[in-house]
Amino acid sequence: MKRVPLYAAALGFIVFAGFPFYWMFITAFKQNRDLYVGAFDTRHVPWIFNDPPTLEHVRLLFGQTDFLRWVANTLLVIVAVVIITVALAVPAGYSLARLVGRWGGRLGMGIFFTYLIPPTLLFIPFSRVIALLGLQNSLGALILVYPTITVPFCTWLVMGFVRSVPWDIEEQAMIDGYSRLAVIIRIAPRLILPGILTVVVFTFTLVMQEFVYALTFISSVDRMTVSLGVPIALVRGDVYHWGSLMAAALFTSIPLAILYNLFIDRFIQGFTMGAVKG
Amino acid sequence: MKFADREDLLGAAMLGPALAYVILLVGVPFVLAIMLSFSSATAGSLTLTWVGFHNYSTILADPIFLRALRNTAIVTIGSQVLVIVLATAAAQVFRAAFHGKRAARFVLLLPWAVPVSLAAIAWTWIFDSTFSVINWTLRVTGLLHGWLYWLGEPGLALFAIIIVQAWRIFPFATVIVLAGLSSIPQDVVEASIVDGAGFWRRLFKVELPLLLPVIAVAVLFGVVYTATDLGVVYILTGGGPANTTHVLPTLAFQRGVLGADLGQGAAIAVFLVPFLIVVAVLMLRVARRTEVGAGGIGAR
Amino acid sequence: MSETSAGVEIRQLHKRFKGGDHDAVDGVDLSIRDGELLVLLGPSGCGKTTLLRMIAGLEHPSAGEIYIAGRRVDQDVPPRARGIAMVFQSYALYPHRTVSGNIAFPLEAAHLPRAVIAEKVRWAAELFGIAGYLDRYPRQLSGGERQRVALCRAVVRDPQVFLLDEPLANLDAKLRNTARDELKRFQRQIKRTTVYVTHDQVEAMGLGDRIAVMDRGKVRQVGTPHEVYEDPVDTFVATFLGQPPMNLVEQPGGGGRTLLGFRPEHLLPSDHFGDREPLHPIPLIVRRVEYLGSDRYVYGTVEFAPDATVIAKLPANIGRAIPEEEGGRLDFAVPERALCHFDAQTGARVRR
Repeated sequence: MKRVPLYAAALGFIVFAGFPFYWMFITAFKQNRDLYVGAFDTRHVPWIFNDPPTLEHVRLLFGQTDFLRWVANTLLVIVAVVIITVALAVPAGYSLARLVGRWGGRLGMGIFFTYLIPPTLLFIPFSRVIALLGLQNSLGALILVYPTITVPFCTWLVMGFVRSVPWDIEEQAMIDGYSRLAVIIRIAPRLILPGILTVVVFTFTLVMQEFVYALTFISSVDRMTVSLGVPIALVRGDVYHWGSLMAAALFTSIPLAILYNLFIDRFIQGFTMGAVKG
Repeated sequence: MKFADREDLLGAAMLGPALAYVILLVGVPFVLAIMLSFSSATAGSLTLTWVGFHNYSTILADPIFLRALRNTAIVTIGSQVLVIVLATAAAQVFRAAFHGKRAARFVLLLPWAVPVSLAAIAWTWIFDSTFSVINWTLRVTGLLHGWLYWLGEPGLALFAIIIVQAWRIFPFATVIVLAGLSSIPQDVVEASIVDGAGFWRRLFKVELPLLLPVIAVAVLFGVVYTATDLGVVYILTGGGPANTTHVLPTLAFQRGVLGADLGQGAAIAVFLVPFLIVVAVLMLRVARRTEVGAGGIGAR
Repeated sequence: MSETSAGVEIRQLHKRFKGGDHDAVDGVDLSIRDGELLVLLGPSGCGKTTLLRMIAGLEHPSAGEIYIAGRRVDQDVPPRARGIAMVFQSYALYPHRTVSGNIAFPLEAAHLPRAVIAEKVRWAAELFGIAGYLDRYPRQLSGGERQRVALCRAVVRDPQVFLLDEPLANLDAKLRNTARDELKRFQRQIKRTTVYVTHDQVEAMGLGDRIAVMDRGKVRQVGTPHEVYEDPVDTFVATFLGQPPMNLVEQPGGGGRTLLGFRPEHLLPSDHFGDREPLHPIPLIVRRVEYLGSDRYVYGTVEFAPDATVIAKLPANIGRAIPEEEGGRLDFAVPERALCHFDAQTGARVRR
């Protein structure tokens, strides 16, 4: 490609992808009198700071809303779901790749396909199950249900990862004096550590992003997660505080985006299911 | 042989918990969803009364449902067409080396990384009836003389929903296509250059055909993510104005959860299943096709 | 280390992989003698690595018996309890452990006292000349050094049997020669039963006390390097060994039922042989001559079997004056003692 069209095209995609984030940023730090000028007024340019930036919205977000509470709730759910997912998906993925034999691949595919069954199909039966278990309006409901999304995908991810790790080091350890089980407990985790890390990050990002189940099961504002509380409950009276809202969206997005950048290639290996030769 | 050396027993013991969890918390609820759709269950009571196809006949006679079904198809197809075009083009740009590519990639991935609900709330602000920066920009550039109530008119609102869905999925599709591009054997591409193929011929005659399975995978995931998404429509329009922009998930939520009519909500959600079956079958075909060429799923 | 060692006995061993339609190992009987170095030689896919892995206990036989030092192991003796050590083609070094950590690994697994472990690690490292690298990690080592670490780790277990799976395949050609020499000297020194898998006939000939030539799951011939080279039991062994391989042409007047086999280095100008040597004349029609420095290869055909290509390998100092143009007729012969006869149908050797 020629240079100029290349940069122009790249710029176009970046503007399209990044524009809402620029808008979050400028909204989060604008003074209210700069912010709430109707778009009818073509003399007032909304794209720039017409008045000096302010930390007022940020102060409001951290001082007078439940935002930090939601962050704490989200982190709690993340820790629990990560533990459950790692405990279930890592052994299962290893087993499918190394122990189950030739059915492993198909069984793994079967488990992976359950990832396609969406929350919007399951939230109705779940609302009943959760009520039966007495978990409605509690973080426990989210901790129970979120692994239904992470376990299938992560089992598949780990299976693919373990397959790509040469077998011979584990076999060597069996010859050197370890039982199969001892190899699994003491040797294999070191070898598949990057795969486990990918599972942790995937689970982290998923819990940060999930909205449907949180919306269905959580009704009290003080038990919400970030992705639910910010769009649903960050309203005082019936007035949207766009400055604080956008600040919350921005602060949540940035760490997620950094994690995504580091791990995107590993996630993608899971999604492409061998349609791409690695 | 002892347990510690029995691969079959160890394999079962390690796979068992995950399998049991998936069966119990995905398989059973899936079946339950179908059963509920044939019942008159409400959120308050625990009884399941069999009502046959009553829920289905009710919603099929309901113009709001039919509209939601149509909207789901329009949004899914419309956004995925956009995604294919954008992702294929973006992949061509981002495979090249240029200054600031790392930063550009970071920005490109933002829409996919951000939680759906937060992206949707940002877009709600962007499409605001009074403060829409889009309207301001269109007016200043002279493209707009009247006023666009983005989320207030059914047609415009659907268009806005399509834009947001395409915006959030195309980065994901781009990365998948990029992964596909990097796996095209370089010698095939070089051979086509030696054979005298230019950029466009190479793109359409050599690379895109080789990329087809990968693009298919990206689109299939895109279909699932769009057709089953609740967040974007729920936050952007809430199904309004006047229930004209509902999609299946938002309507199922409104009837099943807010309206406490689990049976009808389940019946609405069940209409997502055909989408999913089509996707699953196509994915299996893609996987099998590549299995022949690549020597197995996940083969290296 | 103790001075006694033991052999490996394999009886009617079969292996069919799940979903496979043929036996990867198809009825192998093999006696590996106490203290010898036996090479399993064959093309890729012949079952030699599967056979080795079954001895190690990494694959389970579908049928048959394996005895190590007189003890039956194929049923339920896990790899760690078979008294074996194995060196993989990749060396399979633990990437997160130093050289000394790698060598000590099997000793730690056996819960030996720390002082004994340190002693043994030092002994093995000195034996292979890597005492200076003990604190390095595998990624900081060259291919040759890694190979020595793998051997050290095998030696410290003091196994009854060494299993080596193409241990030189990952070394570059230059290093391979010295490594082969070291390996042989080391094996002579410790006199331990060793099974060595390779597809490289030069390695097999150079290292093996005996060679078992395998093809399609079966052992075709077991014998000293001299025996399998000079006295092959069938056309597979005859053509697998030797570079270039043995010439096979139809026996004139045999009605196509017998093949005549002779090695390229035995096909020489008739006048080169002494008068007493009984000769079998093979007049050669030249197609092309390849000059290779120390040798020349003459490619041609014989009149009685015009379809087969026949190669003669002439040392540089022999037959210097032969005409090299295409179509030239050369008066060549093979000594009677160097001729082999094979059944054209089965490929089996026909003894007269």
